Amino acid sequence: MSDQEVLLDVRDLVMHFPIHRGVFQTVVGYVHAVDGISFEIRRGETLGLVGESGCGKSTTGRAILQLYKPTAGRVIFQGQNLVNLRGEKLRRMRRQMQMIFQDPYASLNPRMSVEQIVGEPLQIHNILKGSDVRDRVKELLELVRLNPSYIDRYPHEFSGGQRQRIGVARALALQPELIICDEPISALDVSVQAQVVNLLEDLQKDMKLTYLFIAHDLSMVRHISDRVAVMYLGIMAELAERDELYSNPLHPYTIALLSAVPIPSPVIEAKRKRIILKGDVPSPVNPPSGCRFHTRCPLAEAICSEKRPVWREVRPDHFVACHLVQAESFDKTRSSMASREV
Amino acid sequence: MATLSTPTFDNSLLKDILPERKITWLERVLGPENYRIVKGLLKTPASIVGFILIGTFILIAVFAPAIAPPVTSDPYKIPRDGFSSKPQGIGTEWSKNVPDIPFWYTPLTGKTEWVHLMGTAQGQYDIFYGIIWGTRTAFRTGLMVVISTFIIGIIIGSISAFYGGLVDNIIMRIVDVFMTMPFIMMALIMAAVLTPVLGRSLLPSILALISFGWMGYARIIRGDILSIKERDYTLAARVVGVRDSRILFRHILPNAIFPTLVLASLAIGDVVLSFAALSFLGIGTEIGYADWGQVLSFARNWITSLNDYWYIVVWPGFTLVLFVMGWNLVGDALRDVLDPRMRGKS
Repeated sequence: MSDQEVLLDVRDLVMHFPIHRGVFQTVVGYVHAVDGISFEIRRGETLGLVGESGCGKSTTGRAILQLYKPTAGRVIFQGQNLVNLRGEKLRRMRRQMQMIFQDPYASLNPRMSVEQIVGEPLQIHNILKGSDVRDRVKELLELVRLNPSYIDRYPHEFSGGQRQRIGVARALALQPELIICDEPISALDVSVQAQVVNLLEDLQKDMKLTYLFIAHDLSMVRHISDRVAVMYLGIMAELAERDELYSNPLHPYTIALLSAVPIPSPVIEAKRKRIILKGDVPSPVNPPSGCRFHTRCPLAEAICSEKRPVWREVRPDHFVACHLVQAESFDKTRSSMASREV
Repeated sequence: MATLSTPTFDNSLLKDILPERKITWLERVLGPENYRIVKGLLKTPASIVGFILIGTFILIAVFAPAIAPPVTSDPYKIPRDGFSSKPQGIGTEWSKNVPDIPFWYTPLTGKTEWVHLMGTAQGQYDIFYGIIWGTRTAFRTGLMVVISTFIIGIIIGSISAFYGGLVDNIIMRIVDVFMTMPFIMMALIMAAVLTPVLGRSLLPSILALISFGWMGYARIIRGDILSIKERDYTLAARVVGVRDSRILFRHILPNAIFPTLVLASLAIGDVVLSFAALSFLGIGTEIGYADWGQVLSFARNWITSLNDYWYIVVWPGFTLVLFVMGWNLVGDALRDVLDPRMRGKS
């Protein structure tokens, strides 16, 4: 895996949103939505990005696409730093990266027909004109397993799963390299979730797509991802290959998160120990000092509140940001966290 | 995970249970949202009454030359039957400068003499003529002012919302300043100042009403654009690489414009009323111009004896009420149709 070509390289990405107050709209603080994260996505892989709500997953996706201008850091895609791109150059780069949105009821313009929605990318980039657009849209609909005769219908005439597939067709229209899936299935029914995930997997195989798959459903991420990254409160906690992460989690947060995944077997489920974290996620306006997780970490030591842990590769292709994961205390950490039985 | 069978397109088995909804050509052309609005508008009794009233006024305006044939080359000059200041009652015969008798008059009444159908005002201005041709004036002023203010408001509000930040702040404070001024007073002053510059015509009043009438639209459209701007489909358009102008005109405005449109349709009546008020106060058009406010203003000197001369006030006043009511009924119905809470109820 590790010898594959890097498609997207995110370095020290920071995204702070200013908070304005008062008559003069003075900046009184910042929401530290994303606070210095680094990772890379390799061509053809699926990188799962998990974390609780409000941890900055979606913001990361949007900052990569330059929907928000990052406060700092670099987003290097095919050798170009997207953060520095403006206007027309950025517009042309957009052909390479697309996004699938979370809420299929909000992501389609209610006043446009399917043909207009899916055909718009083709028209504005002057790829196709006139009736060619219509033919291509029909092909795309077939590709996402929708009846091509639905081409003149409007979004409200479809179910959630169908709408999500229209969103997929729109993303595919430009034949992008990278698709950022921003919780594409969390608004859908379980049966429909499987449909959409299978569709995404098939498309990846056929079209050699690369996915950044943002989700909070750990079992779904396990199913679809090659590698998985775990975020907590704007920082990256851990990143590893899927099987490594699920069988051998190192960061206390990852361990706690994985212990919450139900196991589809009543016998094991009865014996399963859940690690329940104390308290709530702190506010991203005033994030804790040192390690962001120290306020809730069952293993926290003095150093955790003082120094921010370094993001480092503790094993080949296994990154962690935690003071306690030392080479010596490796096993200590894990045994003391009462790792779950599988 | 077990592989799921891919959905097939064959729904023929469902045909008997689920009758397919017929989609008319109108719905295809307009799109579902617009179609729903049009359908809703044609369903409520209030809006139908409103449309009938407006339709009648449109017919009167279009066929004004046939209903009340003009005497001079300027049809907007109300013809006079002499110069006496004392108003004459309904049905008094024309004595001087008798206009052509309209085609419908003799078959309908059997008379061959043209009379003052609604009496005459001070200075022997024919009220019937003033009301018929005043309909054209009402439409002209109403539409001109509303369309201009609507466009100005949309442009200013869009700029404000789309660029945000400092631009937004400055524009909205200007709007606030304009809104603190009392509308009719400011319009009165401005029209009074403009009249000597531009001469007596419709223009000073129209310009004055436009200058102080655009703020409401700017505010409403700004709020709606701000909310639509953050919708996922707008973000999706940006991801795809749609240019700013196209996002604004294709994705944001069509979804944001309707509340402003309601405001505009409700405003036509108000504008005509304000215009009549300015006219009544003697500002704007020259004396004798066919416009309802003018006709009303002829009654000023006779207010103490309205027992005898009621017709000078009642006819133009009644016409004005019907006109304003027509637009308000349609506007109200439009507001109900567009209210998301009313969705699916009518």
